[in-house]
Amino acid sequence: MANRALGAPQLSGPELISRREITSETVTQPALLIPEKSSAWADRTFHAAMLACGAAVLVIVGLIVYELVTKGQLAWHAFGWRFFVTHDWDPVNDQFGALPFVYGTLVSSILALIISVPLAIGVAVFITEMSPRWLRSGLAFTTELLAAIPSVIYGLWAIFVLVPLLREYVEPFLGKYFGWTGLFEGAPYGIGMLAAGVILAIMIIPIVSAITREVMTAVPQQQREAVLALGATRWEMIRMGVLRNARAGIVGGIILGLGRALGETMAVTMVIGNRAEVAKSLFAPGYTMASVIANEFSEATGDLYLSSLVQIGLALFLVTIVVNILAQLLVWTVTRGTPARGNV
Amino acid sequence: MSDSNSKSGIPVVGLRRRIVDVLATIAAGGAVLLVLVPLIAIFGYLVYKGFGALNWAFLTQTPKPVGEAGGGMANAIGGSILILGIASLIGVPLGIGAGIYLAEYGRGRFGDLIRFTADVLNGVPSIVIGIVGYSIVVLTQKHFSALAGGTALAIMMVPTITRTTEEMLLLVPIQVREAAYGLGVSRWRTTISITLRTATSGVITGVMLAFARIAGETAPLLFTAFGNQFWNWKVNQPTAALPLQIFTYAISPFDEWHRQAWAGALILIVLIVLAVTAVRIAAGRGMLKGVT
Repeated sequence: MANRALGAPQLSGPELISRREITSETVTQPALLIPEKSSAWADRTFHAAMLACGAAVLVIVGLIVYELVTKGQLAWHAFGWRFFVTHDWDPVNDQFGALPFVYGTLVSSILALIISVPLAIGVAVFITEMSPRWLRSGLAFTTELLAAIPSVIYGLWAIFVLVPLLREYVEPFLGKYFGWTGLFEGAPYGIGMLAAGVILAIMIIPIVSAITREVMTAVPQQQREAVLALGATRWEMIRMGVLRNARAGIVGGIILGLGRALGETMAVTMVIGNRAEVAKSLFAPGYTMASVIANEFSEATGDLYLSSLVQIGLALFLVTIVVNILAQLLVWTVTRGTPARGNV
Repeated sequence: MSDSNSKSGIPVVGLRRRIVDVLATIAAGGAVLLVLVPLIAIFGYLVYKGFGALNWAFLTQTPKPVGEAGGGMANAIGGSILILGIASLIGVPLGIGAGIYLAEYGRGRFGDLIRFTADVLNGVPSIVIGIVGYSIVVLTQKHFSALAGGTALAIMMVPTITRTTEEMLLLVPIQVREAAYGLGVSRWRTTISITLRTATSGVITGVMLAFARIAGETAPLLFTAFGNQFWNWKVNQPTAALPLQIFTYAISPFDEWHRQAWAGALILIVLIVLAVTAVRIAAGRGMLKGVT
C-alpha cells in the first residue's frame, strides 16, 4: 500500500478520493464514498485477469495449431504433398493417401451448395422483401430453428427417413432419366454421396439464408425506392436494387455455408457410406475428411496412421480458416459501409 | 410484349414483366415452403418415433446388452450433464472474461487480434477440436475422460460467449460507467456491478446460445469422453453422453437400439429448444431490447 499516495493515472475515481484526504476531516461522508483501501491494486489485478482470459483465446488457437502441426509431422515427412493426391488408404501396409477424402469433402460440399443456395436466397428474399409483416419474424425464427438441430439428429433422421426416400423414389428416377450423364449410375443404395449432399444442404440453408437476410437489410431503403420510382416491378426492384447491391455479401454467406459444410462431421458420416474410393457417380458411397477422422481416430494403431489422420485434420483446419476469413471479408464489404439505418 | 404506353400516358408494366414478377414471388414462396418441409419432417418424426420409445425405464436405466429388450440412457443423460457442467465451468468464465477485456480494455491492435482469433476459433470444425482435446487432455491423462470432453466443448463455447459479451457490454452507455466513477466506485467494481449487471440478459443470451450449440455436439466427444455403457460420475473416466449414444445406436443394426436413438434424440432436442426459447424470452424481456 505504499503506492497509495501516488495513485494511479486512470480515469477511475476512488484513487482521487483516498481515505487520507477525506476521512480525517469530513466525518459525515457516506461510507460508500470511502474506499477501505486504494483500489489501484484491485483494478490492476482485475485488468490482468481479464487480459489473461482474452489471451487465453490466442493460446487456445495457438495450441490447436501446435498440436496439429507437431502430431501431423510424421505423415508430412513420410508423404509430403503427395499425401493429398494419392488414393491408397491402407493402414495395414502403412500407406496413406487422402485423395478420396478430399474428393468426398469437396463433392459433397459443392453438391450441398448447388441444392441449398437457390433455396436459401429464395427464403431470404421472401422474408425481407415479400412476406407480410406479421409473418416475418415467425418465418425468420422457424428457419433459424433448423440451425439449432444438432448434427447427430440430422444424421439419425437422414438414415431412417431421407435415405429410404432417396433409395425408393429419387435415385431410381434420376438414374432412369439422367443416368446418361454418368453422375447417377449404379445401384441406388440410398446411402452415398447424394444423401450426404442433401443432408448438408438442409443443414447450411439457415446459415446462408441468415447472412443473405442480413446483407439485404443492410441495403439502404433509398436504393429500393429509386428503382421503384423508375417503374420497376417488385421483382425488378429486388433484382436490381437489392440483390445487385448485396452481391458481395451474399457470396460471403455462401462461402460461410461452404465452410460449415466442409467441416460437418456426424450427419455426413452417418449417410455417406464411408468407403475410401473416388467414384464419379453420386450414388456411390464416399468418405470425407471429417468422417475418416471421426471413424478411425480412436482405433488408429500405429504412429503413422494417427499422424496421417491428424494431418487431414490440419488440412481441414487450414481450409476452413481461409474460407471463413474470405467469407467474413465479403460480408463486411456490404454491411460495414452502410450508414446507420433509421436516420431518415 | 413491350412496355406500351396506355392512352393516359402513364407507363403500364408489360405483361411479360408482370408474369416474371409473379413467378419470382411464387418461386421465393415455394423456397420457403420447401425449406419448411424438412423442418416439419424432422420434428414430426422426432415426436412420433421418440414418444413411442420413451418410457420410464429409458430415463432411469443403463443400456442392456445387445439382444435384450429394455434398458435406457439414464447414464448418458447423466454423463451429458457432467460433461456440459465441466464445459460451462471452464468456458463461461473464460468467455465472459475475454468479452470484458475486449469491451473495456481491448481498443488497440491486441484487442483486434483477439477478436479476429475468436472468429477464427468459431469456424474451426468440431472434429478438429476433438483431436486437440485428445492431444491435450487424453494423452496426458492416459484416459478417455469426462474432463477431456468438457475441455473440448469449453473451447467451442468460448468464441460465442466472448463476442456476445463484448457486444452487449458495448451497448451499455458510457454515461452509466461515468456515473459510477463519479460516485467513487472503482473501475473493476464498475465493470462487474454496473456494466456487466446492466448487460446481464444479453450476456446470458450469449451463454445459452453457446450452450445450445455444444449440447448436441458429438464429434468432439468421440475420442475425448468416448462413451460408457455404465454410470460414471468420475471426472477422469470415460463417460457416456447423449449425442454419442444416439450416434452409436443409430448406426447399429438393432431395431430396439434404433427406437432408443429416437427417444434420446427427442430428449436432446427438447432440452435444446427449451434453452433457445428461454433465450428468446429473456432477450425479449431484457433491458437491452433489439439485440439478438
